[in-house]
Amino acid sequence: MRKFSKGLISLVAVSSLLGITACGGGGTSSEPAGGEKPAAETAASGDTVNVNVGVVSILTGSGAGYGEAITNGLKLANKEITEQGKVKLNLLIEDSAGKQEQALSSAQKLMNSDNVSAIIGPTLSTEMNVVGPEADMNGVPIIGTSTTAQGIPQIGDYVFRNSIPESMAIPASIDAAVKAYDVKKVAIIYGNDDVFTKSGFDTMKAVAEEKGLEITTIEEFQKGQADYNAQLTKIKGTNPDLILASALYNEGAVIMSQARKMGITAPFVGGNGFNSPEVIKIAGEAAEGLIVATPWFGDKQDEKVQAFVEKYTAEYGKAPDQFAAQAYDALYVLADAVERAGSDDRDAIRDALAETKGFKGILGEMSFDEEGDIVMDPTVLTIKDGKFQLFQ
Amino acid sequence: MILEQLINGITLGSIYAIVALGYTLVFGVLDILNMAHGEIFMFGAFMGVLVTNTLKLPLIVAFLVAIGVTAILGFLLETLALRPLRGKKGVSHLAPLISTIGVSIFLENLAHHFFGAGNHPFRTSFSEMSFQIGTVTVYAVQIVIFVIAVLLMVGLSFWLSKTKAGKALRACAESLEAASILGVNTKKMITTTVIIASVMGGIAGVLVGMAFNSVSPQMGLSMGLKGLAIIILGGMGNVKGAMAGGLILGLAETLVVVFGESGYRDAIAFALIIIILLVRPQGLFGKASEARR
Repeated sequence: MRKFSKGLISLVAVSSLLGITACGGGGTSSEPAGGEKPAAETAASGDTVNVNVGVVSILTGSGAGYGEAITNGLKLANKEITEQGKVKLNLLIEDSAGKQEQALSSAQKLMNSDNVSAIIGPTLSTEMNVVGPEADMNGVPIIGTSTTAQGIPQIGDYVFRNSIPESMAIPASIDAAVKAYDVKKVAIIYGNDDVFTKSGFDTMKAVAEEKGLEITTIEEFQKGQADYNAQLTKIKGTNPDLILASALYNEGAVIMSQARKMGITAPFVGGNGFNSPEVIKIAGEAAEGLIVATPWFGDKQDEKVQAFVEKYTAEYGKAPDQFAAQAYDALYVLADAVERAGSDDRDAIRDALAETKGFKGILGEMSFDEEGDIVMDPTVLTIKDGKFQLFQ
Repeated sequence: MILEQLINGITLGSIYAIVALGYTLVFGVLDILNMAHGEIFMFGAFMGVLVTNTLKLPLIVAFLVAIGVTAILGFLLETLALRPLRGKKGVSHLAPLISTIGVSIFLENLAHHFFGAGNHPFRTSFSEMSFQIGTVTVYAVQIVIFVIAVLLMVGLSFWLSKTKAGKALRACAESLEAASILGVNTKKMITTTVIIASVMGGIAGVLVGMAFNSVSPQMGLSMGLKGLAIIILGGMGNVKGAMAGGLILGLAETLVVVFGESGYRDAIAFALIIIILLVRPQGLFGKASEARR
């Protein structure tokens, strides 16, 4: 897979090079590929900048729930941005149906016929792997709000994201747990038949080794397994201070419930996939002591966060999740960049985006590093008294 | 440590054995691989969740409801999916197999619809009960599961070899036509068999819920495949073979985790099955010439 996507990227890179040599007759020094001029410039009214923003999200199919949260978050943010009147963003929303080819054609339509100045989306990392290179080649800044896989911002200069990857969330939660419980020995358990949990495990192992923690045992399980007693009895025998579990919440909750029943009292640290209220529903009291790091915490005592939760709930009839919150912040970050760029020029917006530093959103303080990846402190949460609370 | 692991293995093996008993019964009489067995097992487990968790009724009610519902499912399986295909001209001998696969898919989707995807908790105070022998913790659930498995096996063996109904059933297994000429109501016998097999699946479902505290619409598939492997290992249609095969697989899976790599749990357990079958192709308890009893 890795090899394949590498090949894909280099293929795109080569074809973009060809594109430069083919149409770059002017031969100016560092013009990026894709010379079409955005046509919306004339649409600017007065001194507020008027910018077309494309959105590629899953609106139909099994992932439609994510797309709904994302577009809701974007629409709410856009409403507020329009009211503030500093910039005017026109959202053009296209469906990707969660499929790579449809995501690509939607993005091409937005870039080529609608002449958008920037794109928000697509929803899945796999979709971003095909849309990202295309946007980069056309010189359209693109922000992923839910793409957490490795290597997304590295696709190109025009590719950004504001969703924290696992490789950032897991160290934060391990760090907090090690400090709080004076951890010396850890045991690891992970699902070995899922790319997501496997990569979470790689991060956990690396972090544990880096911190000089003794790894007592590494246990594996497969998706849909019902009986974890054998692995857990083995873990119990090694008596760890902390258990690192790279599992999706469905399996993770059952693991915790069987572990607690067995008398394992050590706290658990989980990855993004473990972070769901469903854990409490499935494991009940056994879920106490799970530690996760998350970019979004709706119960945070913060004016901005509470205002957002209130407005969102009033507008859509349910509390916002991580996807809505990340999309909401992404549009604000983009609006901020457009305001600083002062035009709808794609390159100017990209440069302004790259300079984003310490932007205060509902997720926290956000900056982009030189690769376009998000830099922020995730919030560490733990399950206590039957709900997620700030970990202290 | 190792003792606790052995108990873990026997518990898991006992559950496999009960699932396999249901398989082997239907196979022995009807020569049909009932692919819907795993899903009927799953429905039994969900009945347990429904009764103990949602309705907050005692565990014994859960067993009764699970037995009732799976009996009805067994009856419907026989009358709607199997009987119409029996004895008709031109029906392939694979048709009942395909028909049960259809039922299994239908039941899985039905469970999705009614109960929702994902794991459901199974909370009973009984599953928390445990006592200490030396340094080893033993759970009451583990003993109950083992005892139920042994009782079912002994009861089934007795029923098959000593009672009139059991003899009639074995006659049906030999030849449906001959049995019916000799005055056995084969229709009734077959229906009874499918219902008993389904009820065993239902009981196993509740036991799994109690032991592992996780019930999901997908649990039937993997359990069903393991049950299938066990009856081949133990000898098709053989009650003792199903029990022994179940325990071997359960212990093998657990011991792989203890001494080796938990990632190869299923792989090594199934490699073991292949090796046993190479040595004894008819299965542990199967006879070379007649593979059923």
